[in-house]
Amino acid sequence: MRLVVDLNRCQGYAQCAFLAPDVFTMHGEESLLYDPEALDEHREDVARAVAACPVGAILVEAATSDARAARTARVPVSGGAW
Amino acid sequence: MSGDGTLEHLRRDGRIVVVGASLAGLRAAETMREKGFAGSLTMIGDEPYEPYDRPPLSKQVLLGKATAEHTALPRRREIDAEWRLGVPATGLDMAARRVRLGNGDEVEYDRLLIATGVRARPWPNEEEGALGGVFVLRTRDDGAALERALSAGPRRVLVIGAGFTGSEIASACRERGLPVTVAERGAAPLVGALGGVIGEVAAGMHRENGVDLRTGVMVTGLEGDPSGRVRAAHLSDGETIEADVVVVSLGAQRNTEWLSGSGLGAGPRGIACDAGCRAFDVRGIVTDDIFVAGDVARSPHALFGYQFLSLEHWGNAVAQAETAAHNMLSESVDRLPHLWVPGFWSSQFGVNIKSVGVPPMGTEIMITQGSRDERRFAAVYGYQGRVIAAVTFDNCRWLPFYQRQIETGAPFPVPFETVDRRPEGHKPMSADFPDPSVPTHGPTITLSGYSPADRKMTFIPAHH
Amino acid sequence: MSQAILREIIDYAHRADPYPLYEELRKTPVSHEGDGPYVISTYYEIQSLLHDPRISSDARNLKRTGDDPLGQGAEEETALPPSFLRLDPPDHDRLRRMTNRPFGPPHSPHKVHDMLGELDGIVTGLIDRIAATGSFGHVDLVDQFAYPFPVSVICRLLGVPPEDEPRFHVWAEAIAASLDPDPDADPSERGKNSADARMELGMYLAGLIEERRRNPGDDMLSQLANADGPDGSMTTMEALSTSALLLIAGHETTVNLITNGMLTLLRHPDVLARLREDPALSVPIVEELLRFEPPVQLIPHRTTLADIEVAGVSIPKGASLWLILASGNRDPKRFPDPDRFDPDREDIQHLGLGSGIHSCFGAPLARQEAQLALSELARRLENPRLLQDPPPYRQNAVLRGPRHLPIACDGVRP
Repeated sequence: MRLVVDLNRCQGYAQCAFLAPDVFTMHGEESLLYDPEALDEHREDVARAVAACPVGAILVEAATSDARAARTARVPVSGGAW
Repeated sequence: MSGDGTLEHLRRDGRIVVVGASLAGLRAAETMREKGFAGSLTMIGDEPYEPYDRPPLSKQVLLGKATAEHTALPRRREIDAEWRLGVPATGLDMAARRVRLGNGDEVEYDRLLIATGVRARPWPNEEEGALGGVFVLRTRDDGAALERALSAGPRRVLVIGAGFTGSEIASACRERGLPVTVAERGAAPLVGALGGVIGEVAAGMHRENGVDLRTGVMVTGLEGDPSGRVRAAHLSDGETIEADVVVVSLGAQRNTEWLSGSGLGAGPRGIACDAGCRAFDVRGIVTDDIFVAGDVARSPHALFGYQFLSLEHWGNAVAQAETAAHNMLSESVDRLPHLWVPGFWSSQFGVNIKSVGVPPMGTEIMITQGSRDERRFAAVYGYQGRVIAAVTFDNCRWLPFYQRQIETGAPFPVPFETVDRRPEGHKPMSADFPDPSVPTHGPTITLSGYSPADRKMTFIPAHH
Repeated sequence: MSQAILREIIDYAHRADPYPLYEELRKTPVSHEGDGPYVISTYYEIQSLLHDPRISSDARNLKRTGDDPLGQGAEEETALPPSFLRLDPPDHDRLRRMTNRPFGPPHSPHKVHDMLGELDGIVTGLIDRIAATGSFGHVDLVDQFAYPFPVSVICRLLGVPPEDEPRFHVWAEAIAASLDPDPDADPSERGKNSADARMELGMYLAGLIEERRRNPGDDMLSQLANADGPDGSMTTMEALSTSALLLIAGHETTVNLITNGMLTLLRHPDVLARLREDPALSVPIVEELLRFEPPVQLIPHRTTLADIEVAGVSIPKGASLWLILASGNRDPKRFPDPDRFDPDREDIQHLGLGSGIHSCFGAPLARQEAQLALSELARRLENPRLLQDPPPYRQNAVLRGPRHLPIACDGVRP
């Protein structure tokens, strides 16, 4: 799952690092480092991070559009509750 | 282009060629498709890889937290393009509307977007630059090679040039526990981009993190061992640094050579274009079918006295690509100006540095919030009584405010009270930029005067 | 005092649906009467003030007029010193950094994420208890779920014994009430109630902190009491006001998010049905809720450090500002069709958790709690329906939410 963060927009709220800590990490108080190609097992965490970003800075390929498509089709994305 | 159906034809059946398959090229292509372009789209890139993101190469990748091979950019949408990767464009025939490729192929276009970007400035001595252990850092391959070299545990890394990339490399080395020397021609790191007042803060960060920082020196030569690997560097002050990895971080060169003789207004300073991203030809006349975006462009900006700006900024590549793509498919009255306010970030020694505006235009600086000693502050640059730029160290949530100050031409010195104003922040001081006639290592903004044609090479200073 | 606007906002008659009032307010992005506060109601103006360094959160910068509708003066000068919510940098930044150290990245990156399992256990337990009552004709989702859930979470996180909950529940309510600017209440009396509550809560927490200094555990109270990082340690008073802030915020906000959430879902059965099929939909639902029904409706305590201009209105130095977050969230200039609850919105940079340096400290925890709570309630409650619409609301206009949410259902799925 490819992702990129627009670090011009990023203001270090760290919501992504809280919610998907295996993909996004804070380096110091304000700098964000991330894995540009996150493992599929973190897909749900990444979806939470994308939604929570207060500045809408995270772009994920496929993952979000798949999820959205699935949602529109009313098909569960995951196998149940977490 | 008028209401004669030409545009409609272009949108339906036209041929658009994008030279440069990196961030700007990709985002432009996506934007064109989003806007309904249904014709053929060809993406030409000299690297054999699909578009990837470069900022991680000097950060996550060197820290071993991501691999250079896994930095491909996520797509916003399908672009249904023909990809010509691993083949450089070698020439342009403006009259015939044809791009020549390195393998002899030719690709015809109705609209051309040039987004060929920049490349790392190589070590000037070719033989020394070819020694084993000497690196530059710009591409995915560069990143992978440098990371391998750092993983091997070199005795000492020498970074030549303390711009943003050089400083980030030094920071990554220290985080990996590697001994590192930084040699910078200027008086301090980042001095070309942010001036001496902030450069001094950056110098403190280097030293506090155990970097052997040498300023005001040039590297006069690299020395190899009998096996052809670098073993030492000689400095202008007579010292010798023993290092088995040397990273040359002397800024960038614009990829415009392939356009020489084409008649396009392209040269070492980039390709001049108007505010709508249309390229100028060598006569200073704007073209209507060739557009430019990203690091290779130089375009006039209303907020900065309409001087041509070259911006090596991630955000500029995205914004200019979107504008160029829109304009390529629009009637002239529907075109948009590229008015992006310059902005960039750097992450080094655990500190987040962000900036908006054009700091090198600033003559004075005020620390409006926080303290330089604590490495948490906001500073504002002034030029002719106006706010022209701002920089924050670990204080970026205030930056949108300063951006608005720049956009509205707010007065400088800053006349109001702010939270966290310290004694050091009550008066402006000289921003202390080096003499602009002396190029520094890697300023990421270059002001290049008012001439759209790039026939002369004299550097036009920012301050008159 | 002529404060028609202020009166209207806090008038209990508007509690169930303040949004038409906000719509009226937005016609004047900056409203001001007499010597009352400047009320800011439009998205872009609020957003920019939240990032404006000429705006202070410190009540000491407020120019006192004869009139102090909030009665804040008395409150702040007694009992506990102001928490970081009411401080500016550098003190705010230092205390928030220290508080964040045991809570979030970079020092505790997995803490909140790793609480998911524990949260799930609490949610399951509470719903099981509803199931065990066997009486599905009347369930109060506040008392039986939305209140006890975040309270157990904050107690566990801080290391506060849950059996003490009834005691600090009273104090938390009194302190939260003091945030509620009721011009008809006697400010001095309310200030005194709040001050008394802060004093008692302070003494209670002081005892706990003293105990954790002797016997540290792995709870946040222990970590705050024994902090020893690059920012040094907290004074006892700082540790007290910080832990009081966390305890109160943990009590008074997430409960509203969850309750407002269930109320909204019950009013939008199509969305509730989708959520039952797809728990992942809880993620965008919670973001849309934070826009549509934010648990903190307004920020009533900002002050200008300089003369500023907002939307063409000059605001003098020392003025009091009210930022109506819930109104900005419904600003049609920012959100198309703003009064529509639409979890499929793509562009949703709401003000529900604030923005800038004071943005909600517990945001990631609140998000996880609400996502889990709503998806589990949706999954397990059979045919849930509102018994009273609108439900009875709490008095508080700032921390707005139903006091009870009476529902009926046909049963509880396992």
